[in-house]
Amino acid sequence: MARAVTSQRKAINTAIAWTIGFLIFFPILWTILTSFKTEGTAIADPPVFLFFDWTLENYAVVQERSNYMRFLWNSVIIAGGSTLLGVIVAVPAAWAMAFVPSRRTKDILLWMLSTKMLPAVGVLYPIYLICIELGVLDNRAALVIILMLINLPIIVWMLYTYFREIPGEILEAARMDGASLRNEILYVLTPMAIPGIASTVLLNFILAWNEAFWTLNLTAVDAAPLTAFIASYSSPEGLFFAKLSAASTMAIAPILILGWFSQKQLVRGLTFGAVK
Amino acid sequence: MPIKNALRAATALGLLTATGAFAESHSPTITIATVNNGDMIRMQGYTDTFTEQTGINVEWVTLEENVLRQRVTTDITTKGGQFDITTIGMYEAPIWGANGWLVPLDDLSAEYDVDDILPAMRSGLSHDGTLYAAPFYGESSMIMYRTDLMEAAGLEMPDAPTWEFIREAAAAMTDRDADINGICLRGKAGWGEGGAFINTMANSFGARPVNENWEPQLDSEAWAETLTFFTEMMAESGPTGYATNGFNENLSLFQQGKCGMWIDATVAASFVTNPNDSEVADSVGFALAPNKDGVDKKANWLWAWALAIPAGTAQEDAAKQFIEWATSKDYIELVAENEGWANVPPGARTSLYETAEYQEVPFAQKTLDSINAADPNNPTVEPVPYTGIQFAAIPEWAGMWGQVSQEFSAAYAGQQSIEEALEKGQAIMTEELEAAGY
Amino acid sequence: MATQHSRSAARFMMAPAVILLLGWMLVPLTMTLYFSFKSYLPLRGGDLGWTGFDNYVRFVTSSAFWPSVITTLVIVGGVLVITVCLGILLAMLLDQPMWGQGIVRILVIAPFFVMPTVSALVWKNMFMDPTNGLLSHLWRFFGAEPVAWLSEVPTTSIVMIVSWQWLPFATLILLTAIQSLDSEQLEAAEMDGAPHLSRFFYIILPHLARAITIVVLIQTIFLLSIFAEIFVTTGGAFGTRTLTYLIYQRVLESQNVGLGSAGGVYAIILANIVAIFLMRIVGKNMDA
Repeated sequence: MARAVTSQRKAINTAIAWTIGFLIFFPILWTILTSFKTEGTAIADPPVFLFFDWTLENYAVVQERSNYMRFLWNSVIIAGGSTLLGVIVAVPAAWAMAFVPSRRTKDILLWMLSTKMLPAVGVLYPIYLICIELGVLDNRAALVIILMLINLPIIVWMLYTYFREIPGEILEAARMDGASLRNEILYVLTPMAIPGIASTVLLNFILAWNEAFWTLNLTAVDAAPLTAFIASYSSPEGLFFAKLSAASTMAIAPILILGWFSQKQLVRGLTFGAVK
Repeated sequence: MPIKNALRAATALGLLTATGAFAESHSPTITIATVNNGDMIRMQGYTDTFTEQTGINVEWVTLEENVLRQRVTTDITTKGGQFDITTIGMYEAPIWGANGWLVPLDDLSAEYDVDDILPAMRSGLSHDGTLYAAPFYGESSMIMYRTDLMEAAGLEMPDAPTWEFIREAAAAMTDRDADINGICLRGKAGWGEGGAFINTMANSFGARPVNENWEPQLDSEAWAETLTFFTEMMAESGPTGYATNGFNENLSLFQQGKCGMWIDATVAASFVTNPNDSEVADSVGFALAPNKDGVDKKANWLWAWALAIPAGTAQEDAAKQFIEWATSKDYIELVAENEGWANVPPGARTSLYETAEYQEVPFAQKTLDSINAADPNNPTVEPVPYTGIQFAAIPEWAGMWGQVSQEFSAAYAGQQSIEEALEKGQAIMTEELEAAGY
Repeated sequence: MATQHSRSAARFMMAPAVILLLGWMLVPLTMTLYFSFKSYLPLRGGDLGWTGFDNYVRFVTSSAFWPSVITTLVIVGGVLVITVCLGILLAMLLDQPMWGQGIVRILVIAPFFVMPTVSALVWKNMFMDPTNGLLSHLWRFFGAEPVAWLSEVPTTSIVMIVSWQWLPFATLILLTAIQSLDSEQLEAAEMDGAPHLSRFFYIILPHLARAITIVVLIQTIFLLSIFAEIFVTTGGAFGTRTLTYLIYQRVLESQNVGLGSAGGVYAIILANIVAIFLMRIVGKNMDA
């Protein structure tokens, strides 16, 4: 009897959850579907969902107009490079905060987060002038560093919360065995923190991938990533829903696929220490 | 271990980035920033022809209009040197030219025939008689209307109608059940969007944004009349949510057969008559932009998208070569050969309108008439201290009129009354003009 | 366990991150402060000299200032309320036994991966367009007059779009927190016959307090600076101009860097007020 109730409840849960999940996902699904329609079908009244003549024409047009692979490659380098660099800088800092806390640790953490509150557009001119001075406009390395700085507070904070969950006794035991600080971090701590590091990397990769202010304003050709690619497809002349959808799909597909494949890691680590 | 790997990967990435910078080839490469309008996209398709002829490579930075503006303005004012050619409009060209930020285009070759450029365009893109940007295409505004709906309404479009006629015709053509709006006009905030339109409409009602002494005039009777007429007409016969409609939105509405009339850029004529994109391609007529009965100014603007060379570029010669190619008679012929005469970039050259084949294009003559009817040196009934029709060529205009048009759009959306919008607009203009020292 | 040795080592290890962030904060901040006291008009030739507090006075006395502060708070507050409330409900739902939980979770987190520009473009054109948008088709299907979303209810529309993007983030963190809830405790409460509502208020909600704090804190940081969603949809018209957007208009549309920089200083002050406010209310949950 009890089993029957549970299974009935499970069915209801399933139905509700799937409906909501579908609704939340629907805008993305609709964009993907529209990208395979002709411009005429895209605005058909009433709208058509699945039964239309699927076409790859929009993708062909988009590909012909812009070198998608170059934008994609730049996005990968900028998002990947800044995340990697960020983790390298953040791991020692987070370790120190987690295992050698002082009275000021929390203040430093909050201060780091507060550096993210400076409105980017207010400092566009200063940063632009600095980049000219250093000759690094339209330069991937410069963007890697800038995005690293933007996301560093989040990286430090996420890593700090994981490290803090690692019991100190293990480290002490290692220390007793005569492990140096370096070895302690490399061989004891890091392996235990892999899930945390993995989700930190994923989250920051996503944030860097989607950053659209600096990546658009400091690039022209050589370093322009997918955010600049999208800026050339928003509101062109005439009917454009299908082409816009194709360009949008191309811009979000890589990160969507990466996110789906790694969602277990992302979810496992995305706690910010909210769980004890 | 992962850290070691990470370090290795980071080093590899750094090296990759560094080598990428040196891997450039030796033939000259120019970088062109441009707007994502149809004619520019088409030009990109013909770039290979240019590279074959000259050996100059071209890199495109194609951006949406607003993003492009902010991008190239930042770069030119800071002398960032990111672009060898930038696409600018009639608003920027004289201001930037006066600041010495653009390379003067005064030594173009004889065969380019600079005197062939339409006088209105040439003067709009010059400062003190020196040309700073070569027009890729030029436009005025005019009425595009559905001949079938007009006939069904039992009306006939005069060559030069009045606003009163337009309003009547719009009401007669409107059929809410069939989803047909008698008239589609720009209501979207932005100095180059709805802000540009309402300014030309005000000109044709005898209003002016400022007087000879740069004192704002939005509190005048004529402005109140303009906005009242506009909002009443749009409520009667305009589409829902017109307060967010700009050029693109209205273009797709018209192409879908949802507008009886549309007053907008003359370049749209080739889009609405193109059977590939437009459902109503074979029933579009054209007329000059209207004026209020008794007012001797028509509501048509003047604009050009033009190519200019930022001062200080290392590729000045190559850039000039490209500009000569892209705005030449030969380029027009190249497009005509491949895509038909209706699709060539219009409104830039006199010779185009003397070409027999082009004269057969249904909108050619009306486009030329509209351009000729626009006089940037004399845009309003009463005198004003600036040049430009839908804008004043001063650096403060874009920011100031952008804010004013936001107030107007809020009134179109019914969030405030026309009086409030004009009052706030007047306050914004007073503040901005005073701060700028006018 | 912290010896003198490990303390200095710790300082050494924190140094790179702290110095980098200090630089990243100080350089732009100093330059913003510097420009804010200057009359800097790029289109009029750049630096036109010192102006004292003129920019500060002008920025605050502009009629657009207070409305923009309020709009900022309304949008941030609206998105926070929606994402936290729906996030809790969704997290509790996803915590229930069901078939295909993994797939549902994938569907729910997907919006988080979408670039803000893309999501704004898609919502504006394909959903909220009064003529061709899906929502207007839906409204017409039920015989209602289509809503011109972005001009009739502009702020609500933007809150909707931004909430859609951030709901996955809130849901995920809250879900992780709920999953860590001791199920025995819940079962005991159930045995005692505690009704659903009191179980929620006395056991689940207190347990989530810390997670909610994190969600509010992180989201606030990102929401205070949202830009693309407004730029693409309304361009700041119809009362959707936030403080960030106002600064954008001053710096890039009006090309008045001095005035915009003064606005930047105000934005930093506002952000810090919000931050202190947050710390006061929820700060105690942050303790270890």
